[in-house]
Amino acid sequence: MKKQELITIETFCQYHSIEVSFVRALAESGLIEVTRMGRKTFISFDELPRVEKFMRLHYDLDINVQGLETIDHLLDTVESLQRELLQLRNRVRNV
Amino acid sequence: MEFVDYYSVLGVPKNASEDDIKKAYRKLARKYHPDVNPNDKDAQRKFQQINEANEVLSDPEKRKKYDQYGKDWKHADQFEQARRQQGQAQAGGGGFGGFGGGGFEGFTYSSDDEGGFSDFFESLFGARRGSRRQAAFRGQDFNAELEVPLKDAYLTHKQTLTVNGKNVRITIPAGVENGQKIRLKGYGGPGVNGGPAGDLYITFIVPNESGLQREGNDLYRTEDLDLYTAVLGGDKTIDTLGGKVKLKIAPETQNGSKVRLKGKGFPVYKKEGQFGDLYITWNIKLPSGLSVREKQLFEELSKISKNR
Repeated sequence: MKKQELITIETFCQYHSIEVSFVRALAESGLIEVTRMGRKTFISFDELPRVEKFMRLHYDLDINVQGLETIDHLLDTVESLQRELLQLRNRVRNV
Repeated sequence: MEFVDYYSVLGVPKNASEDDIKKAYRKLARKYHPDVNPNDKDAQRKFQQINEANEVLSDPEKRKKYDQYGKDWKHADQFEQARRQQGQAQAGGGGFGGFGGGGFEGFTYSSDDEGGFSDFFESLFGARRGSRRQAAFRGQDFNAELEVPLKDAYLTHKQTLTVNGKNVRITIPAGVENGQKIRLKGYGGPGVNGGPAGDLYITFIVPNESGLQREGNDLYRTEDLDLYTAVLGGDKTIDTLGGKVKLKIAPETQNGSKVRLKGKGFPVYKKEGQFGDLYITWNIKLPSGLSVREKQLFEELSKISKNR
């Protein structure tokens, strides 16, 4: 089993100078996954790029958590459409 | 060097208030922010223009200077003189502050170009390096291409590539598509003044010399089948990317008919255990170099067939 590397949300928030409540709100909305061990809450290293993306969108653009949920959904849709477009382009190239 | 109309970049009139500028900037930044436009170079360029315009127009001092010289841009001589004067002022330790000194902070993205701001900006406000106060800038993004033959793309594997003298070991998930791009955060050029490193974009080139045609996750192949097996039925072992598969051939299989082998196609990207299908088209080969006896038997068959 792959060993999971974790960081406490406090350490993460301290590093980026942001509020812990923001990361907790992300976790509560299901936008990010956190791991709870005892009284501590951790973010896995694999999840960090997602947390940082939401952090930038929130602090740079004043987008609240509800807005982030919508953006996340739309970005998933865009990604899947881009992938489909790429597949179709490759198919046309093969004809 | 071209004059850049920062007011039109932000879509505000010349007499726009600081609040109008802030609002226009926020609106455009939301639209073109790199996090909401992944892999979109045009959006990234536009985002930089917006940042640059905001950098100037949200700072009363810079805005004043821009209004003063920017509108007289076409009078090159005057401008050049102004520029020289400013160059002298900077050499003496004056000049404008660095970025991020406006009413609110700018962002820290840059493109593949050297630096994120136009020559026009640097002529008017001085090069970043000459600034007294310097802000952190994100490093340059790097682009690389990686060739992964179709057979290798079938399995998740690790590969090391060298980018600008640095070895980067990456995991290539099974099912990667030809032309697909991935981003490796922080593997680009180093940041300036403590800014974060840029990103590395890798485009996968998946050459296909496998004899299989790939359409998304499905694979297609034409297989030869001898006449006797096609007529009488039997079985045939074929090669797939996942290994050999023994197929049952139904009697009277027609030339050009297709069979679908469920789950024997290409792996679905980042969906472990999920595969597309493999479609086999039968190409029935007629026998050649018949012996006398074989020819007699075919003639007999022909007669029977005509009398049916």
